Amino acid sequence: MAKQPGWKDIPIGGLILEGGTAVKYETGSWRSNRPVLDKNKCTNCMLCWVFCPDSAIVVRESKMLGYDLEHCKGCGICARECPVKAITMVEETKFREGSNG
Amino acid sequence: MVKGKVVALDGAKAVAEAMRQMNPDVVAAYPITPQTEIVQTFSQFVADGKVDTEFIPVESEHAAMSACVGAAAAGGRVQTATTSAGMALMWEVLYVAASTRLPIVMHFVNRALSAPLNIHCDHSDSMGARDAGWIHLFAENAQEAYDNAIQSVRIAEACMLPVLHTQDGFIISHGVERLQILPDQAVKDFIGTYKAEHPLLDTDHPIMVGPVDLPDFYTEHKRQQVDAMEKAPQVIRRVGQEYGTLTGRTYGLVEPYKLDDAEVAIVVLGSTAGTSKVVVDALRGKGVKAGLLKLRAFRPFPAQEVAVALRDKVAVAVLDRSMSFGGQGGPVFLETCAALYNGGGRARAINYIYGLGGRDTTPDQIERAFQEILNISTPGKAPVDADQSERGRQSPG
Ligand code: SF4
Ligand code: SF4
Repeated sequence: MAKQPGWKDIPIGGLILEGGTAVKYETGSWRSNRPVLDKNKCTNCMLCWVFCPDSAIVVRESKMLGYDLEHCKGCGICARECPVKAITMVEETKFREGSNG
Repeated sequence: MVKGKVVALDGAKAVAEAMRQMNPDVVAAYPITPQTEIVQTFSQFVADGKVDTEFIPVESEHAAMSACVGAAAAGGRVQTATTSAGMALMWEVLYVAASTRLPIVMHFVNRALSAPLNIHCDHSDSMGARDAGWIHLFAENAQEAYDNAIQSVRIAEACMLPVLHTQDGFIISHGVERLQILPDQAVKDFIGTYKAEHPLLDTDHPIMVGPVDLPDFYTEHKRQQVDAMEKAPQVIRRVGQEYGTLTGRTYGLVEPYKLDDAEVAIVVLGSTAGTSKVVVDALRGKGVKAGLLKLRAFRPFPAQEVAVALRDKVAVAVLDRSMSFGGQGGPVFLETCAALYNGGGRARAINYIYGLGGRDTTPDQIERAFQEILNISTPGKAPVDADQSERGRQSPG
Protein backbone atom coordinates (compact mmCIF):
# COMPACT_ATOMS: atom_id res chain seq x y z
CA MET A 1 0.00 0.00 0.00
CA ALA A 2 1.26 3.48 -0.85
CA LYS A 3 2.31 5.58 2.14
CA GLN A 4 -0.54 7.79 3.38
CA PRO A 5 0.12 11.54 3.35
CA GLY A 6 1.00 12.99 6.78
CA TRP A 7 -0.52 15.93 8.67
CA LYS A 8 1.68 18.42 6.88
CA ASP A 9 0.63 17.17 3.46
CA ILE A 10 -3.15 17.48 3.69
CA PRO A 11 -5.36 20.63 3.53
CA ILE A 12 -6.33 22.05 6.93
CA GLY A 13 -9.82 21.81 8.38
CA GLY A 14 -10.70 18.59 6.57
CA LEU A 15 -11.27 20.46 3.32
CA ILE A 16 -11.28 18.55 0.07
CA LEU A 17 -9.95 20.92 -2.57
CA GLU A 18 -11.89 19.56 -5.51
CA GLY A 19 -15.52 18.92 -6.32
CA GLY A 20 -17.43 15.77 -7.21
CA THR A 21 -15.37 13.47 -5.03
CA ALA A 22 -18.34 11.61 -3.52
CA VAL A 23 -18.29 9.32 -6.56
CA LYS A 24 -15.00 7.90 -5.30
CA TYR A 25 -16.62 6.70 -2.11
CA GLU A 26 -18.60 3.56 -2.81
CA THR A 27 -21.59 3.26 -0.55
CA GLY A 28 -23.30 0.43 -2.41
CA SER A 29 -22.03 -2.17 0.05
CA TRP A 30 -24.18 -0.60 2.79
CA ARG A 31 -27.33 -1.75 0.96
CA SER A 32 -29.58 -4.40 2.47
CA ASN A 33 -32.50 -3.83 0.05
CA ARG A 34 -32.10 -3.32 -3.66
CA PRO A 35 -34.49 -1.24 -5.79
CA VAL A 36 -35.82 -3.15 -8.79
CA LEU A 37 -37.44 -1.30 -11.69
CA ASP A 38 -40.47 -2.43 -13.65
CA LYS A 39 -39.81 -0.73 -17.01
CA ASN A 40 -43.36 -1.42 -18.16
CA LYS A 41 -44.82 0.74 -15.42
CA CYS A 42 -42.22 3.54 -15.49
CA THR A 43 -43.39 6.81 -17.09
CA ASN A 44 -39.93 8.47 -16.91
CA CYS A 45 -41.32 11.21 -14.69
CA MET A 46 -37.89 11.56 -13.00
CA LEU A 47 -39.27 11.89 -9.49
CA CYS A 48 -36.97 9.10 -8.31
CA TRP A 49 -34.00 10.98 -9.78
CA VAL A 50 -35.04 14.12 -7.88
CA PHE A 51 -35.44 12.33 -4.57
CA CYS A 52 -32.51 9.89 -4.58
CA PRO A 53 -30.09 11.20 -1.91
CA ASP A 54 -27.14 9.41 -3.51
CA SER A 55 -27.58 10.42 -7.17
CA ALA A 56 -27.84 6.71 -7.88
CA ILE A 57 -30.62 6.85 -10.48
CA VAL A 58 -29.09 6.43 -13.92
CA VAL A 59 -30.73 8.64 -16.52
CA ARG A 60 -29.82 9.10 -20.16
CA GLU A 61 -31.74 11.18 -22.69
CA SER A 62 -34.64 11.71 -20.27
CA LYS A 63 -35.03 7.98 -19.73
CA MET A 64 -34.80 6.27 -16.35
CA LEU A 65 -32.40 3.40 -17.05
CA GLY A 66 -31.82 1.85 -13.65
CA TYR A 67 -29.48 2.18 -10.70
CA ASP A 68 -25.84 2.86 -9.98
CA LEU A 69 -25.50 -0.03 -7.55
CA GLU A 70 -22.01 1.01 -6.48
CA HIS A 71 -23.56 4.03 -4.79
CA CYS A 72 -27.22 3.10 -4.11
CA LYS A 73 -27.54 2.60 -0.32
CA GLY A 74 -30.94 0.96 -0.63
CA CYS A 75 -32.80 3.59 1.37
CA GLY A 76 -36.05 2.96 -0.53
CA ILE A 77 -36.94 6.60 -1.03
CA CYS A 78 -37.29 6.14 -4.81
CA ALA A 79 -39.73 3.26 -4.30
CA ARG A 80 -41.74 5.30 -1.86
CA GLU A 81 -41.89 8.37 -4.12
CA CYS A 82 -42.56 6.68 -7.47
CA PRO A 83 -46.13 7.70 -8.32
CA VAL A 84 -46.83 4.57 -10.40
CA LYS A 85 -45.19 2.04 -8.05
CA ALA A 86 -42.64 1.02 -10.68
CA ILE A 87 -39.95 0.36 -8.05
CA THR A 88 -39.92 -2.55 -5.63
CA MET A 89 -37.38 -3.03 -2.85
CA VAL A 90 -36.04 -6.58 -2.79
CA GLU A 91 -33.80 -8.04 -0.09
CA GLU A 92 -30.18 -8.01 -1.21
CA THR A 93 -29.64 -11.59 -0.01
CA LYS A 94 -32.05 -12.78 -2.71
CA PHE A 95 -29.56 -11.65 -5.38
CA ARG A 96 -26.44 -12.78 -3.55
CA GLU A 97 -27.72 -16.27 -2.82
CA GLY A 98 -29.20 -16.52 -6.28
CA SER A 99 -32.30 -17.96 -4.63
CA ASN A 100 -35.57 -17.89 -6.46
CA GLY A 101 -37.57 -16.63 -3.48
CA MET B 1 0.26 56.49 17.59
CA VAL B 2 -3.29 57.65 16.89
CA LYS B 3 -5.29 59.73 19.31
CA GLY B 4 -8.20 57.83 20.79
CA LYS B 5 -11.43 59.35 21.96
CA VAL B 6 -12.23 59.07 25.67
CA VAL B 7 -15.75 57.74 26.22
CA ALA B 8 -17.83 56.32 29.06
CA LEU B 9 -19.20 52.91 28.10
CA ASP B 10 -19.92 49.60 29.76
CA GLY B 11 -17.96 46.60 28.49
CA ALA B 12 -20.83 45.27 26.39
CA LYS B 13 -21.35 48.55 24.58
CA ALA B 14 -17.60 49.01 24.17
CA VAL B 15 -17.45 45.70 22.31
CA ALA B 16 -20.54 46.54 20.24
CA GLU B 17 -18.77 49.77 19.30
CA ALA B 18 -15.71 47.77 18.22
CA MET B 19 -17.99 45.56 16.12
CA ARG B 20 -19.50 48.63 14.45
CA GLN B 21 -16.01 49.85 13.62
CA MET B 22 -14.98 46.44 12.26
CA ASN B 23 -18.15 46.12 10.15
CA PRO B 24 -18.08 42.30 9.83
CA ASP B 25 -19.69 40.63 6.81
CA VAL B 26 -21.98 38.43 8.87
CA VAL B 27 -23.11 38.41 12.51
CA ALA B 28 -25.35 35.51 13.49
CA ALA B 29 -26.68 35.59 17.04
CA TYR B 30 -29.62 34.53 19.13
CA PRO B 31 -31.45 37.73 20.03
CA ILE B 32 -33.14 36.67 23.29
CA THR B 33 -32.06 35.62 26.82
CA PRO B 34 -29.33 34.67 27.65
CA GLN B 35 -28.01 37.31 25.27
CA THR B 36 -26.09 40.41 26.30
CA GLU B 37 -26.22 44.05 25.37
CA ILE B 38 -23.46 43.38 22.85
CA VAL B 39 -25.97 41.98 20.38
CA GLN B 40 -28.73 44.36 21.41
CA THR B 41 -26.50 47.36 20.75
CA PHE B 42 -25.03 45.95 17.58
CA SER B 43 -28.43 45.07 16.11
CA GLN B 44 -29.40 48.70 16.62
CA PHE B 45 -26.37 49.70 14.53
CA VAL B 46 -27.62 47.30 11.85
CA ALA B 47 -31.15 48.73 11.99
CA ASP B 48 -29.78 52.28 11.80
CA GLY B 49 -27.74 51.42 8.70
CA LYS B 50 -24.43 52.15 10.43
CA VAL B 51 -22.89 48.86 9.25
CA ASP B 52 -23.15 46.74 6.10
CA THR B 53 -23.31 43.54 8.15
CA GLU B 54 -25.76 40.78 7.30
CA PHE B 55 -27.31 40.24 10.74
CA ILE B 56 -28.95 36.83 11.16
CA PRO B 57 -31.18 36.65 14.25
CA VAL B 58 -31.36 32.87 14.47
CA GLU B 59 -33.66 30.64 16.53
CA SER B 60 -31.03 29.27 18.95
CA GLU B 61 -27.34 29.47 19.75
CA HIS B 62 -26.81 26.09 18.10
CA ALA B 63 -28.16 27.74 14.95
CA ALA B 64 -26.11 30.89 15.61
CA MET B 65 -22.83 29.01 15.58
CA SER B 66 -24.00 26.87 12.65
CA ALA B 67 -24.79 30.00 10.62
CA CYS B 68 -21.37 31.38 11.56
CA VAL B 69 -19.73 28.17 10.34
CA GLY B 70 -21.58 28.39 7.03
CA ALA B 71 -20.83 32.08 6.54
CA ALA B 72 -17.16 31.66 7.45
CA ALA B 73 -16.82 28.66 5.13
CA ALA B 74 -18.37 30.81 2.41
CA GLY B 75 -15.44 33.19 2.93
CA GLY B 76 -16.88 35.98 5.07
CA ARG B 77 -15.57 37.78 8.12
CA VAL B 78 -17.93 36.43 10.74
CA GLN B 79 -18.70 37.24 14.36
CA THR B 80 -21.17 36.31 17.07
CA ALA B 81 -21.80 36.99 20.73
CA THR B 82 -23.22 34.95 23.56
CA THR B 83 -22.89 34.04 27.22
CA SER B 84 -23.69 31.33 29.77
CA ALA B 85 -26.32 28.78 28.66
CA GLY B 86 -26.11 30.27 25.17
CA MET B 87 -22.61 28.89 24.81
CA ALA B 88 -23.73 25.58 26.29
CA LEU B 89 -26.24 25.28 23.45
CA MET B 90 -23.49 26.02 20.89
CA TRP B 91 -21.41 23.16 22.23
CA GLU B 92 -21.40 20.76 19.30
CA VAL B 93 -20.77 23.47 16.73
CA LEU B 94 -17.93 25.11 18.68
CA TYR B 95 -15.88 22.04 17.81
CA VAL B 96 -16.99 22.16 14.18
CA ALA B 97 -15.89 25.81 13.91
CA ALA B 98 -12.45 25.11 15.38
CA SER B 99 -11.85 21.83 13.56
CA THR B 100 -12.92 23.30 10.23
CA ARG B 101 -10.36 26.06 10.98
CA LEU B 102 -12.76 28.95 10.56
CA PRO B 103 -11.56 32.31 11.95
CA ILE B 104 -14.85 33.22 13.65
CA VAL B 105 -14.73 35.78 16.48
CA MET B 106 -17.00 35.33 19.48
CA HIS B 107 -17.56 38.33 21.71
CA PHE B 108 -18.24 36.65 25.02
CA VAL B 109 -19.47 37.55 28.49
CA ASN B 110 -18.72 35.13 31.34
CA ARG B 111 -21.80 34.18 33.34
CA ALA B 112 -22.84 31.24 35.51
CA LEU B 113 -24.53 28.09 34.25
CA SER B 114 -27.75 26.70 35.76
CA ALA B 115 -28.88 25.23 38.14
CA PRO B 116 -29.88 26.87 40.40
CA LEU B 117 -30.62 29.67 37.98
CA ASN B 118 -28.08 32.47 38.16
CA ILE B 119 -27.18 35.14 35.64
CA HIS B 120 -24.08 36.62 37.26
CA CYS B 121 -20.36 36.42 36.68
CA ASP B 122 -18.70 33.02 36.76
CA HIS B 123 -16.17 31.48 34.37
CA SER B 124 -17.83 28.03 34.18
CA ASP B 125 -19.36 28.70 30.78
CA SER B 126 -16.25 29.40 28.72
CA MET B 127 -14.07 27.13 30.88
CA GLY B 128 -16.30 24.23 29.89
CA ALA B 129 -15.35 24.90 26.28
CA ARG B 130 -11.63 25.21 26.94
CA ASP B 131 -10.82 22.06 24.99
CA ALA B 132 -12.98 22.87 21.96
CA GLY B 133 -10.06 24.28 19.99
CA TRP B 134 -10.78 28.00 20.34
CA ILE B 135 -8.34 30.68 21.44
CA HIS B 136 -9.56 32.22 24.74
CA LEU B 137 -8.60 35.76 25.77
CA PHE B 138 -9.68 37.40 29.05
CA ALA B 139 -10.11 41.11 29.81
CA GLU B 140 -9.55 42.96 33.08
CA ASN B 141 -11.79 45.91 32.23
CA ALA B 142 -13.87 47.49 29.45
CA GLN B 143 -10.79 48.97 27.77
CA GLU B 144 -9.22 45.54 27.44
CA ALA B 145 -12.50 44.05 26.22
CA TYR B 146 -12.63 46.69 23.46
CA ASP B 147 -8.95 46.17 22.59
CA ASN B 148 -9.28 42.37 22.60
CA ALA B 149 -12.31 42.53 20.30
CA ILE B 150 -10.25 44.29 17.63
CA GLN B 151 -7.15 42.15 18.04
CA SER B 152 -9.21 38.94 17.97
CA VAL B 153 -10.02 39.36 14.29
CA ARG B 154 -6.35 39.61 13.36
CA ILE B 155 -5.38 36.71 15.61
CA ALA B 156 -8.17 34.48 14.27
CA GLU B 157 -7.32 35.14 10.64
CA ALA B 158 -3.58 34.68 11.13
CA CYS B 159 -4.01 31.39 13.04
CA MET B 160 -7.04 30.13 11.13
CA LEU B 161 -8.60 29.39 14.51
CA PRO B 162 -11.74 30.84 16.06
CA VAL B 163 -11.20 33.29 18.92
CA LEU B 164 -13.37 33.79 21.97
CA HIS B 165 -12.56 36.96 23.88
CA THR B 166 -14.41 37.45 27.09
CA GLN B 167 -15.27 39.90 29.84
CA ASP B 168 -16.67 39.31 33.31
CA GLY B 169 -20.47 39.39 33.34
CA PHE B 170 -21.99 42.49 34.94
CA ILE B 171 -18.72 43.53 36.60
CA ILE B 172 -17.36 44.58 33.20
CA SER B 173 -20.29 44.06 30.82
CA HIS B 174 -22.65 46.32 32.80
CA GLY B 175 -20.20 48.58 34.61
CA VAL B 176 -19.68 51.95 32.91
CA GLU B 177 -16.00 52.77 32.66
CA ARG B 178 -13.84 55.40 31.07
CA LEU B 179 -12.00 54.06 28.05
CA GLN B 180 -10.39 55.16 24.83
CA ILE B 181 -11.81 54.14 21.49
CA LEU B 182 -9.94 54.41 18.22
CA PRO B 183 -11.06 56.45 15.21
CA ASP B 184 -13.11 54.27 12.83
CA GLN B 185 -10.47 54.51 10.11
CA ALA B 186 -7.71 53.31 12.46
CA VAL B 187 -9.72 50.17 13.28
CA LYS B 188 -10.42 49.59 9.61
CA ASP B 189 -6.73 49.92 8.77
CA PHE B 190 -5.65 47.73 11.68
CA ILE B 191 -7.89 44.79 10.75
CA GLY B 192 -7.40 45.26 6.99
CA THR B 193 -9.37 43.13 4.57
CA TYR B 194 -9.83 39.39 4.77
CA LYS B 195 -9.53 37.07 1.84
CA ALA B 196 -10.36 33.46 2.62
CA GLU B 197 -7.99 31.00 1.01
CA HIS B 198 -10.64 28.49 0.01
CA PRO B 199 -14.07 30.19 0.08
CA LEU B 200 -16.95 27.84 -0.57
CA LEU B 201 -18.57 30.46 -2.81
CA ASP B 202 -15.68 30.41 -5.28
CA THR B 203 -17.52 28.24 -7.79
CA ASP B 204 -14.57 28.21 -10.18
CA HIS B 205 -12.67 26.21 -7.57
CA PRO B 206 -15.22 23.85 -6.03
CA ILE B 207 -14.29 22.40 -2.63
CA MET B 208 -15.91 20.24 -0.01
CA VAL B 209 -16.25 21.43 3.59
CA GLY B 210 -16.94 19.07 6.48
CA PRO B 211 -16.63 15.64 4.83
CA VAL B 212 -16.48 12.41 6.80
CA ASP B 213 -13.01 11.87 8.28
CA LEU B 214 -12.46 8.29 9.34
CA PRO B 215 -9.56 6.82 11.36
CA ASP B 216 -7.17 7.21 8.41
CA PHE B 217 -7.00 11.04 8.64
CA TYR B 218 -8.85 12.26 11.76
CA THR B 219 -5.69 12.22 13.87
CA GLU B 220 -3.81 14.19 11.20
CA HIS B 221 -6.43 16.93 11.31
CA LYS B 222 -6.21 17.06 15.12
CA ARG B 223 -2.42 17.25 14.82
CA GLN B 224 -2.83 20.27 12.54
CA GLN B 225 -4.97 21.96 15.20
CA VAL B 226 -2.26 21.32 17.80
CA ASP B 227 0.25 22.92 15.46
CA ALA B 228 -1.97 25.98 14.98
CA MET B 229 -2.36 26.37 18.76
CA GLU B 230 1.39 26.03 19.22
CA LYS B 231 1.95 28.86 16.76
CA ALA B 232 -0.78 31.05 18.26
CA PRO B 233 1.34 32.62 21.08
CA GLN B 234 3.65 34.19 18.49
CA VAL B 235 0.67 35.62 16.64
CA ILE B 236 -0.99 36.93 19.82
CA ARG B 237 2.25 38.68 20.81
CA ARG B 238 2.84 40.12 17.35
CA VAL B 239 -0.70 41.48 17.05
CA GLY B 240 -0.50 42.81 20.64
CA GLN B 241 2.75 44.63 19.82
CA GLU B 242 1.34 46.14 16.68
CA TYR B 243 -1.76 47.25 18.59
CA GLY B 244 0.57 48.81 21.15
CA THR B 245 2.34 50.80 18.47
CA LEU B 246 -1.05 52.09 17.35
CA THR B 247 -2.61 52.81 20.74
CA GLY B 248 0.11 52.80 23.38
CA ARG B 249 -1.55 49.74 24.94
CA THR B 250 0.62 46.69 24.24
CA TYR B 251 -0.65 43.17 24.90
CA GLY B 252 0.95 39.77 25.41
CA LEU B 253 -0.23 36.47 26.83
CA VAL B 254 0.32 37.39 30.47
CA GLU B 255 0.73 40.60 32.44
CA PRO B 256 3.05 40.43 35.46
CA TYR B 257 2.43 43.10 38.10
CA LYS B 258 5.14 43.84 40.67
CA LEU B 259 6.18 40.24 40.22
CA ASP B 260 9.94 40.36 39.64
CA ASP B 261 11.06 40.50 43.28
CA ALA B 262 7.84 39.08 44.74
CA GLU B 263 8.02 36.12 47.13
CA VAL B 264 4.33 35.33 46.94
CA ALA B 265 2.00 35.84 44.05
CA ILE B 266 -1.59 35.56 42.93
CA VAL B 267 -2.52 34.11 39.54
CA VAL B 268 -5.85 35.27 38.21
CA LEU B 269 -7.93 36.02 35.11
CA GLY B 270 -10.36 38.82 34.37
CA SER B 271 -11.66 41.67 36.49
CA THR B 272 -10.33 40.26 39.78
CA ALA B 273 -6.84 41.10 38.52
CA GLY B 274 -7.81 44.76 39.04
CA THR B 275 -8.91 44.11 42.64
CA SER B 276 -5.73 42.12 43.25
CA LYS B 277 -3.51 44.98 42.02
CA VAL B 278 -5.01 47.23 44.71
CA VAL B 279 -4.17 44.61 47.33
CA VAL B 280 -0.64 44.12 45.98
CA ASP B 281 -0.07 47.88 46.22
CA ALA B 282 -1.37 47.95 49.80
CA LEU B 283 0.80 44.99 50.84
CA ARG B 284 3.85 46.52 49.15
CA GLY B 285 3.17 49.63 51.25
CA LYS B 286 3.51 47.42 54.32
CA GLY B 287 6.75 45.92 53.03
CA VAL B 288 5.27 42.58 51.92
CA LYS B 289 6.81 41.26 48.70
CA ALA B 290 3.53 40.48 46.98
CA GLY B 291 3.00 40.27 43.21
CA LEU B 292 0.45 39.32 40.62
CA LEU B 293 0.40 37.31 37.41
CA LYS B 294 -2.60 38.16 35.28
CA LEU B 295 -3.34 35.71 32.49
CA ARG B 296 -4.72 37.25 29.33
CA ALA B 297 -4.63 34.09 27.22
CA PHE B 298 -6.05 30.91 28.72
CA ARG B 299 -6.00 29.01 25.39
CA PRO B 300 -3.30 28.64 24.30
CA PHE B 301 -2.16 28.40 27.92
CA PRO B 302 1.06 30.44 28.27
CA ALA B 303 2.85 27.65 30.13
CA GLN B 304 6.34 28.90 29.50
CA GLU B 305 5.63 32.45 30.65
CA VAL B 306 3.86 31.15 33.74
CA ALA B 307 6.70 28.80 34.61
CA VAL B 308 9.35 31.49 34.21
CA ALA B 309 7.32 34.11 36.06
CA LEU B 310 6.55 31.89 39.05
CA ARG B 311 9.38 29.42 39.42
CA ASP B 312 11.36 31.39 42.03
CA LYS B 313 8.32 32.26 44.15
CA VAL B 314 7.86 30.68 47.57
CA ALA B 315 4.13 30.22 47.19
CA VAL B 316 1.37 31.17 44.79
CA ALA B 317 -2.40 31.40 45.18
CA VAL B 318 -4.31 30.50 42.03
CA LEU B 319 -7.79 31.98 41.80
CA ASP B 320 -10.48 30.11 39.87
CA ARG B 321 -13.92 31.48 39.14
CA SER B 322 -15.21 28.03 38.15
CA MET B 323 -15.20 24.49 39.48
CA SER B 324 -13.96 21.28 37.99
CA PHE B 325 -16.11 18.88 39.96
CA GLY B 326 -14.18 15.81 40.96
CA GLY B 327 -10.98 17.31 39.59
CA GLN B 328 -7.98 18.39 41.62
CA GLY B 329 -8.80 22.08 41.45
CA GLY B 330 -10.10 24.72 39.09
CA PRO B 331 -8.85 24.90 35.51
CA VAL B 332 -6.44 27.80 36.11
CA PHE B 333 -4.94 25.96 39.08
CA LEU B 334 -4.45 22.72 37.17
CA GLU B 335 -2.79 24.48 34.24
CA THR B 336 -0.59 26.56 36.54
CA CYS B 337 0.52 23.50 38.51
CA ALA B 338 1.34 21.63 35.32
CA ALA B 339 3.31 24.62 34.02
CA LEU B 340 5.22 24.86 37.31
CA TYR B 341 5.94 21.15 37.45
CA ASN B 342 7.08 20.93 33.84
CA GLY B 343 9.09 24.12 34.19
CA GLY B 344 10.95 22.78 37.21
CA GLY B 345 9.40 25.31 39.60
CA ARG B 346 9.34 24.73 43.34
CA ALA B 347 6.63 27.19 44.29
CA ARG B 348 3.89 25.79 46.46
CA ALA B 349 0.50 26.40 44.93
CA ILE B 350 -2.88 26.68 46.57
CA ASN B 351 -6.23 27.01 44.86
CA TYR B 352 -9.07 29.35 45.73
CA ILE B 353 -12.47 28.99 44.11
CA TYR B 354 -14.02 32.44 44.29
CA GLY B 355 -16.87 34.59 43.07
CA LEU B 356 -19.16 31.82 41.87
CA GLY B 357 -22.51 33.02 40.55
CA GLY B 358 -21.37 36.64 40.83
CA ARG B 359 -20.53 36.70 44.55
CA ASP B 360 -18.40 39.76 45.26
CA THR B 361 -14.69 39.25 45.73
CA THR B 362 -13.37 41.95 48.01
CA PRO B 363 -9.84 43.24 48.61
CA ASP B 364 -10.09 41.75 52.15
CA GLN B 365 -10.49 38.27 50.73
CA ILE B 366 -7.56 38.69 48.36
CA GLU B 367 -5.48 39.97 51.25
CA ARG B 368 -6.43 36.93 53.30
CA ALA B 369 -5.33 34.69 50.42
CA PHE B 370 -1.98 36.49 50.44
CA GLN B 371 -1.76 35.99 54.22
CA GLU B 372 -2.40 32.27 53.82
CA ILE B 373 0.27 31.79 51.17
CA LEU B 374 2.70 33.79 53.30
CA ASN B 375 2.06 31.25 56.06
CA ILE B 376 2.34 28.19 53.89
CA SER B 377 5.09 25.82 54.75
CA THR B 378 3.42 22.59 53.74
CA PRO B 379 0.91 22.15 50.95
CA GLY B 380 -2.52 22.81 52.36
CA LYS B 381 -6.05 22.74 51.22
CA ALA B 382 -7.86 26.03 50.93
CA PRO B 383 -11.47 26.53 51.88
CA VAL B 384 -13.76 26.00 48.91
CA ASP B 385 -15.00 29.56 49.10
CA ALA B 386 -13.43 32.23 51.23
CA ASP B 387 -16.74 33.89 51.86
CA GLN B 388 -18.39 30.61 52.75
CA SER B 389 -15.71 29.76 55.26
CA GLU B 390 -16.21 33.17 56.80
CA ARG B 391 -19.87 32.36 57.31
CA GLY B 392 -19.08 29.09 58.99
CA ARG B 393 -16.52 30.62 61.31
CA GLN B 394 -17.31 31.17 64.97
CA SER B 395 -17.42 34.85 65.63
CA PRO B 396 -15.13 35.72 68.52
CA GLY B 397 -17.02 36.81 71.62
S1 SF4 C 1 -32.87 3.03 -2.91
FE1 SF4 C 1 -32.28 5.07 -2.19
S2 SF4 C 1 -30.16 5.26 -2.81
FE2 SF4 C 1 -30.97 3.56 -3.98
S3 SF4 C 1 -31.67 4.46 -5.89
FE3 SF4 C 1 -33.43 4.45 -4.53
S4 SF4 C 1 -33.38 6.44 -3.54
FE4 SF4 C 1 -31.37 6.14 -4.46
S1 SF4 D 1 -40.37 7.77 -10.19
FE1 SF4 D 1 -41.14 5.85 -11.01
S2 SF4 D 1 -42.12 6.42 -12.89
FE2 SF4 D 1 -40.87 8.16 -12.32
S3 SF4 D 1 -38.97 7.79 -13.41
FE3 SF4 D 1 -38.72 6.90 -11.41
S4 SF4 D 1 -39.31 4.76 -11.68
FE4 SF4 D 1 -40.05 5.87 -13.44
